[in-house]
Amino acid sequence: MATEATAVKTVTRKKQRTRLQETWRRLKKNPWSMGGLILIIVLALIAIFADQIAPYGYNEQDYFRILQGPSRENLLGTDNLGRDVLSRIIHGSRLSLSIGFITTGIGLTVGGFLGALAAFYGGRIDNLIMRFMDVILAIPGFIFAIALVTALGPNLTNLMIAVGINTIPYFARIIRSSVMSTKENEFVEAARVIGSSDLWIIFKHLIPNSLAPILVQATLRIGDTIIIASGLSFLGLGAQPPLPEWGALLSAGRGYLRVAWWMATFPGIAIMITVLAFNLLGDGLRDALDPRLKN
Amino acid sequence: MLKYIAKRLISMVPVLIGVTFLVFAIMHFTPGDPATLLLGEEAPPAEVERMRERMGLNDPFLVQYGNFLFGLLRLDMGLSLTTGRPVFNEITNRLPATIRLAAAAILVAIFIGVTAGIIASTKQYTIFDGGAMFIALLGVSMPNFWLGLMMILLFSVFWNNTFGYVLFPSSGFDTWRHLVMPAVVLGTAHAAFITRITRSSMLEVLRQDYIRTARSKGLSSRVVIYIHALRNALMPVVTMAGLRFGVLLGGSVVTEQIFAIPGMGRLLVESVRSQNYTVVQGIILTYAIIFSLVNLAVDLLYAAIDPRIKVQYK
Repeated sequence: MATEATAVKTVTRKKQRTRLQETWRRLKKNPWSMGGLILIIVLALIAIFADQIAPYGYNEQDYFRILQGPSRENLLGTDNLGRDVLSRIIHGSRLSLSIGFITTGIGLTVGGFLGALAAFYGGRIDNLIMRFMDVILAIPGFIFAIALVTALGPNLTNLMIAVGINTIPYFARIIRSSVMSTKENEFVEAARVIGSSDLWIIFKHLIPNSLAPILVQATLRIGDTIIIASGLSFLGLGAQPPLPEWGALLSAGRGYLRVAWWMATFPGIAIMITVLAFNLLGDGLRDALDPRLKN
Repeated sequence: MLKYIAKRLISMVPVLIGVTFLVFAIMHFTPGDPATLLLGEEAPPAEVERMRERMGLNDPFLVQYGNFLFGLLRLDMGLSLTTGRPVFNEITNRLPATIRLAAAAILVAIFIGVTAGIIASTKQYTIFDGGAMFIALLGVSMPNFWLGLMMILLFSVFWNNTFGYVLFPSSGFDTWRHLVMPAVVLGTAHAAFITRITRSSMLEVLRQDYIRTARSKGLSSRVVIYIHALRNALMPVVTMAGLRFGVLLGGSVVTEQIFAIPGMGRLLVESVRSQNYTVVQGIILTYAIIFSLVNLAVDLLYAAIDPRIKVQYK
């Protein structure tokens, strides 16, 4: 009897391991997603070691080198205050990546919690939460973010809060539908029978079992939030000077488009590469977790 | 069909009331006193107080919200805090430019997206497929304000320097040539998205038995693809294009800013900067209403594409 139980245990553990390994194996076979993953790792390293990598400080001004085109000293040129564009982009990666992760984190935590609550309790609570999410979704995301930043005041922290609130409904919807199907499983019933509290069941059993769709959504959202946040900064509603947030760099470059094309061109390429990396990884993860979706 | 439209219209009402409440609450708790903003910082306190009373700012929150809601029914959104003119008029002055831009962008997006999607799906695993999908991926990853600046650089600045004239003007909104760059800029991300959906949807449809039947009847490839497959593949395309229309509306704010188009988005940014909260509030509501109406139209279109929905509501 005991051996049988151990055998079953080993088999399940083996199965679990192989499922994870299977996903990783499928992901590894997709060169585009691996490219995305490697890019993300490189970008993260650049952000972490920005101080060491960047040739100059992000606010280091040189009045003798104003609006200089790309050269050996300043690979991507200098801006209107003689600051090195490459160094500003490298330092800005810290801001833009943090914005992507923090805003998605806010959406994931709050949205995940609300979605799980809605699915777990159903009835009135579900109705109340999900109708509220419908209301938020009825306002175009970027415009809702503008409204929130207006109310909170334009700065980097409020920008992250506003964009984060924006992503809440997407996570709430996904986690709700995922928890709805998971909560019918016997292990949830078993947890309830042994006296686990509702919160314990939600956090310990339901959310971990909905991780796959959450992971895909989160990866794809990071790219979206980076674009939304840089758009707000571009309008002057996010990071304020002299912070080298990529959207703010583009906004500054706009004024010098006719005399210094490099000021607006390179920060935009940085945004595009970053968002592209997250989209490549997100697409790959989706296919790897559910190969049926792949055509 | 009428029953279906009525049902959808009614279901819009509670959501829109929710939107009015949310937006009103956000603006209500925004720092800054509308009466002071309207009269200016130097206005005597007694006059500000009189204005507060007249504007109903001393009433409790819910009373103010109720008045706002009743005002909306009479198309009264309050007064602009900078010009003193009715917000409704300020918005309707700017609305046509935004609608023209959004319509042009969606046409660009559908034309490019559906064409590229069909090519990618009918030539799966060829260089056309790979190329279209990679460009589409770049399209969804590119911030549209950057694309806008790059197009100005290319078609206004470099073109002018090289050929001595401007191909597409970079600001204003008078002729079709003014519309080209903004429509492409705003439509690109949408086009990329539609390409991806059209491709995957077409690939699924092309594997169905009735397509095989159509082919084995001896129908030409063109008839099979455009008449039999496309109509069925369009359903998810229409749905997703409608859902993503909000992103396009949001993008119009930045696009109008870059190309100096006198639309609602530009007014929104100006109003946020001048703390003109009544106008901000009105514009956000207008965007939400447009978005909801577009989604209603998408649902109706859905019924037109799929006869089964029509039958359900006969």
